[in-house]
Amino acid sequence: MNPSPGTVAKSEVLFTVNGETKKVLTYPMERLLDVLRNELELTGTKEGCGEGECGSCSVLLDGMLVNSCLVPVGQARGASIVTIEGLSAHAPMNLVREAFLECGSAQCGICTPGMILAAVHLLEKKPEPALADIREGLAGNLCRCTGYMQIFEAVARAARRRVSK
Amino acid sequence: MRSASLPERHIVGASVPRKEGWDKVTGAARYVDDLVLPGMIYGATVRSNVARGKIRKISFDSTLSWNDFVVVTARDIPGKNCISLILDDQPCLASETVNHPEEPILLLAHADRHKLRKAVDAVSIDYEPLPPVHTMEESEQQSTIIWGTDNNFKTFLVEKGDVDAVWREAALIVEGEYSTGAQEQLYIENNGVIAAFDPENGITVWGSLQCPYYVHKALMTLCGLPEDKVRVVQMETGGAFGGKEEYPSMLAGHAALLAIKSGRPVKIIYDRMEDMVATTKRHPSRTRHRTAVDKDGKILGGEIEFTIDGGAYATLSSVVLSRGTIHAGGPYYWPSVRIRTKALATNAPPHGAFRGFGAPQSLFAMERHMDRIAQVVGISPIEVRRRNFLKPGQTTTTQQVIREEIDLSHLLDRALKLSDYSGKKARFAEENKAGMRKKGIGIAAFLHGAGFTGSGERYLNSLVGVEAAADGGVRVLVSSAEFGQGTNTVLCQIAAEALGLPYDSVAIAQPDTTVVPNSGPTVASRTAMIVGKLVQSAAQGIKQTLTKAGLLGDDYTPEDFRAACQEYIASRGELKSYARYEAPSDVHWDDEKYRGEAYAAFAWAVYVAEVTVDLTTYAVTVDDFVALQEVGKVLHPVLAEGQITGGVAQAIGFALYEKVVWQNGRMINNQMTNYIMPTSVDLPLIRVFFEELGNVHGAHGAKGIGELPMDGPAPAIVSAVEDAIGVRFHSIPLLPEALFEGLRPESLEQEAPASTRGAA
Repeated sequence: MNPSPGTVAKSEVLFTVNGETKKVLTYPMERLLDVLRNELELTGTKEGCGEGECGSCSVLLDGMLVNSCLVPVGQARGASIVTIEGLSAHAPMNLVREAFLECGSAQCGICTPGMILAAVHLLEKKPEPALADIREGLAGNLCRCTGYMQIFEAVARAARRRVSK
Repeated sequence: MRSASLPERHIVGASVPRKEGWDKVTGAARYVDDLVLPGMIYGATVRSNVARGKIRKISFDSTLSWNDFVVVTARDIPGKNCISLILDDQPCLASETVNHPEEPILLLAHADRHKLRKAVDAVSIDYEPLPPVHTMEESEQQSTIIWGTDNNFKTFLVEKGDVDAVWREAALIVEGEYSTGAQEQLYIENNGVIAAFDPENGITVWGSLQCPYYVHKALMTLCGLPEDKVRVVQMETGGAFGGKEEYPSMLAGHAALLAIKSGRPVKIIYDRMEDMVATTKRHPSRTRHRTAVDKDGKILGGEIEFTIDGGAYATLSSVVLSRGTIHAGGPYYWPSVRIRTKALATNAPPHGAFRGFGAPQSLFAMERHMDRIAQVVGISPIEVRRRNFLKPGQTTTTQQVIREEIDLSHLLDRALKLSDYSGKKARFAEENKAGMRKKGIGIAAFLHGAGFTGSGERYLNSLVGVEAAADGGVRVLVSSAEFGQGTNTVLCQIAAEALGLPYDSVAIAQPDTTVVPNSGPTVASRTAMIVGKLVQSAAQGIKQTLTKAGLLGDDYTPEDFRAACQEYIASRGELKSYARYEAPSDVHWDDEKYRGEAYAAFAWAVYVAEVTVDLTTYAVTVDDFVALQEVGKVLHPVLAEGQITGGVAQAIGFALYEKVVWQNGRMINNQMTNYIMPTSVDLPLIRVFFEELGNVHGAHGAKGIGELPMDGPAPAIVSAVEDAIGVRFHSIPLLPEALFEGLRPESLEQEAPASTRGAA
C-alpha cells in the first residue's frame, strides 16, 4: 500500500505522455497509475492488485515495462511514458491489436491493455520470439480468463506478420 | 443424432470478431472505475474483526472531524436490512451481532480517498465475543448452533433403487474420503459500484456485475423502493466467474445507502486485499464414498455423502449444494444409490458461486474414487470407467433418462489417442526407474448440466427482446451480461443468423434494467443455450411481423430489410419482439424427491493430464493437457476454445496452486503475492478438441460450455501424480508441502488399509 501523500505539499511534475508534454500538480508519492487515470483521464491503464503482481497497470516508462501502481509520480519526472491510448505510434502496436482480436486473446479485457503493452515491449526487444520467450515476456501479466494460450498465439502471429512485412 | 454443422456462409459457427473487442484492445472499454460523476464522493466499509460476537459499542476517534464524513449504520436503512437473494438471512449491515470476521457494520464516505482510509481505521468496535465455529466437523456436531436450529442451510437426499440390498452381493466394497479447498475467483477487476440517488428517480447503480436483476431485487428490498425507482446498469466487467453473481448486491446496497444519505453519487471500489478477504469464494467440500462393485469393477450401488462449508449466511449455498449433489455420481451408471448432502454454517464470510458451482467438488471425489475402485479391483483407470459409463437409455442418479446419443467410450478412446496415453504410460514407467523427476499421466471423465437445475428455468421465466430501428439496425435486449465469456458476440451471431442479416448490423444493448427485460442471471452455463434460443425466437418474431405486414418477402436483402423496418416504424411506431421461456414438455422434475430431468442437456468430457513430480522440490508441473468435450453445436470456435483453455487454467490452479489459508474464519493470504494463480510460465499447452452432437433445447444445438472445463482437470492431475509416484492423494490443492507430507512414511502406512473393505 502506498504511503498517504497527504502530509507533503503538492508540486509540479513535468513529463511526456504518449508524445505530449504534461504538467500535473500532485503529491510526489502519488502513484503514477492514479495520476494517469484521475488527473490525465487515461483510464485504459487498469488497477488489478496495487502491488505489482498482476501487471494490469503496465505502461512503458522510457521504454521500460513498469507497473504504474509501484511508481511514485515523482520518479516519472522528465520521463517519456506510453500508455495503451498512445500505442498507435508504436510500430508493432496495430499488429498486436489485430492479432489479439483474431485469436480471442481479450476476454474480459481488464488485463488486455497491460498485456498488449507487455507484448509490444517484447516484440521491440525480440522481433522473432520463440514460445518460451513469449511466456517469459508476459510472465508479469496475469490473465484469469484465457489460460494464456490464445494470447501466445496472438503475439506469435503479430511477430510473424511484422517480420514478413 | 444428426451432425449440427452448418454451411460456411452462416454466421453461427464462424469466429466473428468479438463485439466489444476493439474497445478492449484500445483501452476504450468503460469499466466502473473509469466512470466519474459530477460531485461524486468515495465510500468505504468498516468491518467486524471477530468471527462471532455481539456489538457492544462503536466509538469514533475524537481527533478526526467526523462532520466531514457521511456515516451510515443499520439504522439508516430505509427498507429491510438484508441482501435479498434466497433466504434473506444476510444483513446489509450488522446491527447487533456479527457472524463472520469481515462482516460490514458501518459505512463511511468522503471526497478524499486518503482521508477515508484513515477514518476507517479510526472507528473502533467493542464486542462481546461468542464461541465461533470454524470447521464443517464442528458445525455438524452441533455443540454450538450458529445458524437456524441445526447449522444446516440445506440438505438433499437422492435415492435410486435399493442400495441396502447391494452390500451382500458385492464382490468388493470400496470406501474413500475426498476434500477440496476454498478457491478465490480472482477476476482481475475488483468488485466496484457507483450509486446515485434523487428523490424523483430513485436509485441508480452502475457496477461490475453478472446479474443486473439480482441487484435490482436486492435494492428494492433494502431501500424500500418500487420497481421503477431502482435502475441497475452493468458496466464492462473485468472477469466474474461467479464471483460477481451475489456480492454486487451487497456492494450496491452499501453505495446506495451512502448515496441516499449524502445526496451525492458514491463510488466504492474494493482494493485487492478487501476483495479477497471479504467477498465469496468456492465452497470447501468433503465427500465420502462407499461403493459396492462386482468382481469386474462394475458399480452395483453405493452411498455418497457430500458436504460443503457455506460460511456464515445461506446466500447461494443451497443451489451450489444442489448442483454438487446431482453431479456427485459422475458420468456413470448407478443401478442404486443414496446421496445425502448438506451445506453447513461456519463463521467465515459466505462462500458463493464460482464456475462449476459445486460440481468440481463432487466430481473431484467421484473421479478419485473411480481410480481407487480400479486399484482395488485390479483393473486400469481406463477400464473401470469404460465398464461403468452411462449409455443412452440408461438413467442418471436422479433417474433422468439419457436421450442423447452420447458414446463416452468413443470420447475416451479419442482422448487417449490424442494424448498418446498408452505410449506415454509405457515410456514413463521405464523412465521413472531412475532420477528424481517422475512423470505420470491421468484421466478424468465427467459431465456438466447446462442451465438451471430441475424446475429452475421454469421459475426464472426469462424474457428476451429484439428490436429493429428504422435504419435496419437490430438490437438484442437481454439482461445477460458480458464478462469475457462472449455473451455479446454469440447472442448477436444468433440474432443475425435468424434474420439473415450481416453480423455487423446487429448490436446488443448495454444491460440496464430500464432498457432490457429480465432474461435471467448470467450463470449456470445457460446463456448460449437458453437465452440464445430465446434470442433466436425473438429475432424470428421481427421477421414474422414484417412478413405479416406484407413488407418483407421470403427472400430478402439487408436493404429490403431496412426498407421494411423504415416503413413499419413510420406507420406503426416501434418494432420489437419478445420471447419468453417455455419449459420443454419432456423435462420433468420433482423438487421434493429430487428426482427427474435435472438438466435439459449435459455436456460430456474426457480430459488427460500429463505431469512431472519433482521429488527434490516436491513441485508438480503439468506438461501436457488434452481437453476433449462434447458441447453440442460450437457457435463460435475461437470463443469456445477460450472458454475451455481459461477454465482448464483455473482448474489447474484449483488443483496445484491456489490455497486459501484460514485463521479464525478469515483468509490471511489475501494478496496476489501469497495466493498464487497460474502465470504464463506455469501452464502446459492446453489442447482443446470438440465433438458436436447437438441439442434440441439449445440455439442451433448449443449446450452450456462455461463451467464444464472447471470440473475435470483437478482429478486428472491428481491421478497423474498417483501414476508418477504411486501415492494416492485425496485432497486439493496439492501444494508441495502437501506432497511432502503425503510422502512421509507414516502417512503412507496410515492410508492404505483404511479405504478398502473386502466383501463379507
